[in-house]
Amino acid sequence: MVSKRIIPCLDVKDGRTVKGVNFVNLRDAGDPVELAWQYSRQGADELVFLDITATNERRKTMVELVKSVARQVNIPFTIGGGINELSDADVLLNSGADKISINSAAVRNPDLINELAAAFGKQFVVIAIDTKYVNGKNLVHLNGGRITTELETEQWIKEVEDRGAGEILLTSMDHDGTKAGFDTNLLKKINQTLSIPLIASGGAGCMQHFADIFLEANVDAALAASVFHYGEILIPDLKRELRKQNIEVRL
Amino acid sequence: MIGIINYGAGNIFSLTAALDRQHISYEMVASSADFDKYDHFIIPGVGHAGAAMQKLEESGMADAIKGIDKPVLGICVGMQLMTEFSEEGNSDLLGITPVKTLLFTSDLKVKVPHMGWNRVYSQSENSLFNGIQDGSYFYFVHSYFIEFNSTFTVAFADYGLKFSAAFSKNNFYGVQFHPEKSGEAGEQLLKNFSEL
Repeated sequence: MVSKRIIPCLDVKDGRTVKGVNFVNLRDAGDPVELAWQYSRQGADELVFLDITATNERRKTMVELVKSVARQVNIPFTIGGGINELSDADVLLNSGADKISINSAAVRNPDLINELAAAFGKQFVVIAIDTKYVNGKNLVHLNGGRITTELETEQWIKEVEDRGAGEILLTSMDHDGTKAGFDTNLLKKINQTLSIPLIASGGAGCMQHFADIFLEANVDAALAASVFHYGEILIPDLKRELRKQNIEVRL
Repeated sequence: MIGIINYGAGNIFSLTAALDRQHISYEMVASSADFDKYDHFIIPGVGHAGAAMQKLEESGMADAIKGIDKPVLGICVGMQLMTEFSEEGNSDLLGITPVKTLLFTSDLKVKVPHMGWNRVYSQSENSLFNGIQDGSYFYFVHSYFIEFNSTFTVAFADYGLKFSAAFSKNNFYGVQFHPEKSGEAGEQLLKNFSEL
């Protein structure tokens, strides 16, 4: 069977990683390419880069970043942020990105999902969804949780799957940053109805949280940022622990 | 020198980057008139097998590929192109290897696409896998697979069923996974191919 994936996520602004990283032996903690290389050496299965650049130069810096990563890193990676149309995705694909992730652009223009899947294949299209529990419902949020939509998360996931999404990256805003564990109940419920891969995100604080989400919700991958960046969890240790608990991982 | 068959099907940046990292030289080939210049060929490919076959035919290289007598490596959809037929778009393909490309159906109870790292096991000795430990992980991304065949499958993977992760027939080789994204094992495989 396919192994469970561990995915570090890097926030990038103007071609530099924004969250501090305290690895040893790092010449430049802000260089996303060096970080990506380090993570690939540690045994990360995949990487996600979220570009939060807000300038007109963003497209150029994104393309340069993608090319540099593809030149030096021998594992797959996804890039998200600022992809609003087919041509944005096309240039990233041709620069070496394996997948693109879209979030609010998909909510604003759901047809974009169909267009991307038709043009590049569904395996290329990751739909990122930020969800938060509001008045008894799981609702899709935009702009890092600042904007609440009326879309119910479960329905939105069904819709994007029908439209040709190849994978779902689901971040629980209720759990994100808490380090109290992934949102097992929600992820389990979603995963039972899903026929495409699901990446769990939000809440990782210790190695057991990863074991729990794989064992209890059977998600395909788990994504985290700070626990990896600050060296609180080392990927080789994490994978050994997961394997000890009979979870199939690439070691 | 490896000739990369350039018929306009998808991203080859990652492939050329991986070859660069291994110091393997390559050039793009857009016409069968240039085939004599190369001692190895790679057929890349992503996306839809039927659409890729159409592009390959439009490039005028489809028939000439079948006549190549030097090592040829098809990657992902490039491997599928070497089969007889794909359920994707019900397309007739090159037919170099007498096997079929099929869809992972819902009764297999697996998620589609098959996306991620899966173990690849040797079915028969093949120099493509020299120095690569049996059961190594490779990175897969695909919704269609090539049926297992006891004659042509050289390595298999399991995803709801056993399928061809790699096959060979004479000088033609195919891998369903992406060696250019499969860490050190993938780089070793590319190196092995270049030395065939």
